[in-house]
Amino acid sequence: MKGLLLTLQITVVSVLIGTVVGLLFAFFKLSNSKILNWIANVYIAIIRGTPLIVQIFFFYFGLAELGISSYWCATLGLALHNSAYIAEIFRGSIQSINKGQLEAGRSLGMSTALAMRRIVLPQAFRRALPPLGNQFIIGLKDSSLAAFISSSELFNVATTQGSRTFEEMTYLLIVAIYYLVLVLLFTLLVNKLERKIAGGDE
Amino acid sequence: MEQRKVMINVNNLNKSFGELHVLKDVNLEVHEQDVVVLIGASGSGKSTLLRCLNYLEYKESGTITIDGKVIEPDQTDLNKVRQEVGMVFQHFNLFPHKTVLENVIEAPVMVKKIPKEEAIEEGRALLKKVGLADKEHVYPSKLSGGQKQRVAIARSLAMKPKIMLFDEPTSALDPELVGEVLSTMKDLAREGMTMLVVTHEMGFAREAADTVVYMHDGKIVEKGTPSDIFSQPKHQRTKDFLGTIL
Ligand SMILES: Nc1ncnc2c1ncn2[C@@H]1O[C@H](COP(=O)(O)OP(=O)(O)O)[C@@H](O)[C@H]1O
Ligand SMILES: [Mg+2]
Repeated sequence: MKGLLLTLQITVVSVLIGTVVGLLFAFFKLSNSKILNWIANVYIAIIRGTPLIVQIFFFYFGLAELGISSYWCATLGLALHNSAYIAEIFRGSIQSINKGQLEAGRSLGMSTALAMRRIVLPQAFRRALPPLGNQFIIGLKDSSLAAFISSSELFNVATTQGSRTFEEMTYLLIVAIYYLVLVLLFTLLVNKLERKIAGGDE
Repeated sequence: MEQRKVMINVNNLNKSFGELHVLKDVNLEVHEQDVVVLIGASGSGKSTLLRCLNYLEYKESGTITIDGKVIEPDQTDLNKVRQEVGMVFQHFNLFPHKTVLENVIEAPVMVKKIPKEEAIEEGRALLKKVGLADKEHVYPSKLSGGQKQRVAIARSLAMKPKIMLFDEPTSALDPELVGEVLSTMKDLAREGMTMLVVTHEMGFAREAADTVVYMHDGKIVEKGTPSDIFSQPKHQRTKDFLGTIL
């Protein structure tokens, strides 16, 4: 049960941090500044081009020495990993909003920043919800990799219990079912949320 | 001629998109309370001219004067200018995530910082004026095209602009919905709003316009009263164009 909670915690916190960082890099990519574009492109290329487990170990060996717990190493590793994918999700959803929306806001005297915040982003978030939900599910399953830096989340608990009792298969099956149930529950939740906010769409 | 304030003055305006020279030495004057209808073939630069007037596009050279103030992007608060120059788009561009009333009060509340209750009261009055008092809690997706465009007009009016620009406000509408939008615009003209309207609705031009301006290939070819332009155009180009739309 503790492992389950830790898994959820790692996932939720890393997706939340990943969303904030991802949004930042989405703005970098959409900005007119060549330098910011370049920074975002390099960041996303590095994260998408290297295995997650490498990134987690990188944080583990880089940060554990500074006294940061393996929980935070895993969470930060996952957060940055998520952020690259979330950046692409936001970039796509912001670009998918008709240019006329920003112009309508501007023509009413809104600054670009205000029109972005009030007009474009709320619509973009709505469109980003399904792929974000998907990313959350990927993040949930990816959180099992935190086991390798001895975070006692779900997968770690299962393998240690398994080897202690010599019933590896049983525990693997149990942990698989846990993940499956979590994913299904979450999918239901996202579907419900989507239906709820679909109200005002064109 | 009576002396009325010049609300829009355009002097030798030029605008290019890359190699494409879209506006060529355009000169135009719109007096307070005037309704000017701008006609011309697709691609002649009508939208670009309108968009330059509220700086959704930046001019290249020439001067634009709005209500006596020369507008220079680096010296003028463009957001302020845009508050005074309302714009209605062909495709409405209503905010789909906001109800009709929220669309109308958004800018007064967020930009002008008008107290919400006051904005709601004014917004309701505007919706009543455009005949949509019963739709305030509806989302735009539930409205017909004509209703959407009337909300868009109310949304612009909520900023109390001195000038209204209309870019083909009825050309995306089913024919049976054109009338309701035009009649809203005629009401506005009657109340003395200064309006610059791109439209090919000749009935509207005849009835409501003080001046009709014909544009061809980025230049203003001819301007005059509706009856002059429609009955006795001076230029062959104008004649040919009118032949294609009448
Ligand atoms: N943002 C833009 N970038 C490049 N070319 C443009 C842009 N906007 C308009 N144009 C071009 O400028 C010309 C005039 O367009 P427009 O002002 O929309 O004409 P109209 O409204 O009279 O149909 C057209 O050839 C059009 O393709
Ligand atoms: Mg046009």
